[in-house]
Amino acid sequence: MTTTVAERGRNRPDLGKLLSDNGALGGLVVLVVALSIMAPTFLTPQNLLNVGVQAAVVAVLAFGQTFVIVSGGIDLSVGSVAALSGMVAAWSFTEAGLPGWLALVAGLVTGLAAGLVNGVMVSYGRLPAFIATLAMLSVARGLTLVVSDGTPKSTPEEITALGSTIGDYLPVPLLVMLLVFGLTGIILTRTYAGRTMYAIGGNADAARLSGINVRRSTLVVYGLAGVFAAVAGLLLAGRLASAGPQAAVGYELDAIAAVVIGGASLSGGVGRATGTFVGALVLAVLRNGLNQLQVTPFWQQVVIGVVIALAVLFDTLRRRTK
Amino acid sequence: MSTELLRVEGITKRFTGALALSDVDFDLRAGEVHVLLGENGAGKSTLVKVLAGAHSPDAGRIVVGGEEVRLGSPQQAAKLGIAVIHQELTLVPDLSVAENLFLGRMPRRFGFVDRAQIRRRASDMLDRVGLRVDPGTPVRGLGIAQQQMVEIARALDTDAKVLVLDEPTAVLTETETDRLLEIMSELREQGVGLVFITHRLEEIRRIADRITVLRDGESVGVLPAGASVDEMVSTMVGRTISEQYPRRAQEPGEVLLSVSGLTRSGAFTDVSFEVRAGEVLGVAGLVGSGRTEVARAVFGVDRYDSGEVVVAGSRPRRGDVNAVMRAGLGLVPEDRKGQGLVLTSSVGENLGLVTMRAATRGGFVDRKAQRVRTSAMAGRLRVKTAGQDQLVRELSGGNQQKVVIGKWLLADVRVLVLDEPTRGVDVGAKVEIYELVNELTDAGHAVVLISSDLPEVIGMSDRVLVMSAGRVAGELAADEATQDAVMALAVSEAGWSYRDGFSDEWREAERDTPRPAPSEETIRDTTREQAT
Repeated sequence: MTTTVAERGRNRPDLGKLLSDNGALGGLVVLVVALSIMAPTFLTPQNLLNVGVQAAVVAVLAFGQTFVIVSGGIDLSVGSVAALSGMVAAWSFTEAGLPGWLALVAGLVTGLAAGLVNGVMVSYGRLPAFIATLAMLSVARGLTLVVSDGTPKSTPEEITALGSTIGDYLPVPLLVMLLVFGLTGIILTRTYAGRTMYAIGGNADAARLSGINVRRSTLVVYGLAGVFAAVAGLLLAGRLASAGPQAAVGYELDAIAAVVIGGASLSGGVGRATGTFVGALVLAVLRNGLNQLQVTPFWQQVVIGVVIALAVLFDTLRRRTK
Repeated sequence: MSTELLRVEGITKRFTGALALSDVDFDLRAGEVHVLLGENGAGKSTLVKVLAGAHSPDAGRIVVGGEEVRLGSPQQAAKLGIAVIHQELTLVPDLSVAENLFLGRMPRRFGFVDRAQIRRRASDMLDRVGLRVDPGTPVRGLGIAQQQMVEIARALDTDAKVLVLDEPTAVLTETETDRLLEIMSELREQGVGLVFITHRLEEIRRIADRITVLRDGESVGVLPAGASVDEMVSTMVGRTISEQYPRRAQEPGEVLLSVSGLTRSGAFTDVSFEVRAGEVLGVAGLVGSGRTEVARAVFGVDRYDSGEVVVAGSRPRRGDVNAVMRAGLGLVPEDRKGQGLVLTSSVGENLGLVTMRAATRGGFVDRKAQRVRTSAMAGRLRVKTAGQDQLVRELSGGNQQKVVIGKWLLADVRVLVLDEPTRGVDVGAKVEIYELVNELTDAGHAVVLISSDLPEVIGMSDRVLVMSAGRVAGELAADEATQDAVMALAVSEAGWSYRDGFSDEWREAERDTPRPAPSEETIRDTTREQAT
């Protein structure tokens, strides 16, 4: 966050400083400038709002993932949990006959529950995060198929509203993304839960010997990731006005990529909300831009892979020369 | 006068604003041991890295064998005959000694590795450093000292004329150190030039031909062989240290920590002791005697089977670190980097780690108040830092240790357990840490000082508890505690066997880093700066 820059006593709003502190931001600027030149339709208000909407789901997943990665773990299940949450919400409305708002709550609770199960497996069961959440990836996807019986289900108005546009130009997904961004920043920089994530990710032993309850904090971390996944799942269902059994497949990898592009360290202890936000935007801008340039989806995958590798490579080099 | 192997002039190196080396001159002749001496953070490591080609200096000349060179990379330095033995060894544990000796340069015949030649040459190379092991044994099976010898043998075979040894003795026992010093003097006779870094002044007195002293990145003097310990210390810290162990004893008050009958099967048995307000209780014993295990159990990190812990009148729940902390006990663990610090975080964050919970209202940390407090603490401890936002990993060992202690001072604990608080800490910072101990006891707190450094534990404690094989072997008053008396107790436990009676983790650690028998292990640190 920019506040931490100010707090460091570098009070001048120095653009160079800002760019060198956020390696990915420079990349994003370059990307936007290049696409503006190459694709005349890119730099239009309508398209930029589109980019925001397209970024929203992955960004929200990535914010949840940021907590996990900062605390030294990884959550592979967020895509499946998003799908399950969306599906449970839709099922609660269409099959169980719950009112729309309650269906929405049911979706959020589903995400929280899945996250807490992850947390219990990691903290009390001492499973490696990779394995525990890989298991949850499979279980949550399977449950989504079970609940849906393999067919998409329509969503109540309350959820569809999440995918709508206010007054023709302000997309709700964009608003939700910004809200979750702010929330993530506040949690990471201001709250006890957030500050302990850095300590645990940096050195769990030292955190424990300083009186931090590492197990409880781990539960909070995965619980938050689960809730954020649910929000992402509801956003996605809302945009499509239906929850699909194959929704958000592979999104966990985009989320992880966004966090890492944003400068977080997979070994824990390092990462920021702004970084993740920029990382998610880089991916969305790239996808949108490649579409504008009419690059085929096949080649798009190649380009995105290369960009992810380059982004992290540059970030590593930048840190090394520092 | 023998040939000059290496000379650097006016070396300057700057890291993000901080001057690490300033206009340093240094030279090395064939057949000499040239010691680099200085406190942590004085610039020794930076100079070594410049010599190794790992850092390129911002200014200055490097002359090797009479020709000015640029050392752009470690490979280039190696080609010019400069070999560096770092503290962290670079051997592959699962490969054999012979394979390690030829790592990256296996002799080949018809495209296949020439095993016969490797075996033959390997024995010759090992002979040169006096290491008698089968070249076929995996490196994992060797002790630390033997592994070091393998590295040295490898370096010498690449025709190294300059051998830089960066604190090789820090991890060695006394006998191992003796052996290394012997090898070094043999190499010296063969005309190799050795740059030797060590904190142990006694070793310097035994082997150095010349001593270059660094302070704050500058070369502050070159001392001749036979320089006195006082001379070395005063040059190094820039002032004379009046007293190495400035203990100010207090009249003991009420009992602040009482441990009775503490037992964990296989680790420690029936351990009882008390510490009173204003008192420093020293805990001595061999490595593996159960000192650290007891400290961790008392603090609630590890379990214990039976016994009782009372902190300042209250009985915290067993195995609950938070309850023990709230009762007023703090622990500075022996492994500073592994357990004491969050290296990815800043100085301020680390200082505020223990008190963060108390500074939280409604889930939000009052960071402003925290920063005011941590900043004041950093000032009070005189932590040398660019500011409290500097990453703690960038500080020197002594300053890092101050941060670990500082986080407990902020929590205002009644009893502070210090486990090896001065390990790897330079002379100046040591005295500052001792002063902190004095301040704590002056203020009516109690300190438990666990240390392998016998002069330290004797010099700074009001009473010394000696542990042996997981039991309390005895307690000595300050005036009875001589090194002989402490050691006699430390090996007193009947049936003391190094491998019996310890936890599985211990046995595992033992297997991973094989160590010599306990008799050699004893008093490993007693020579360290004893005379100062």
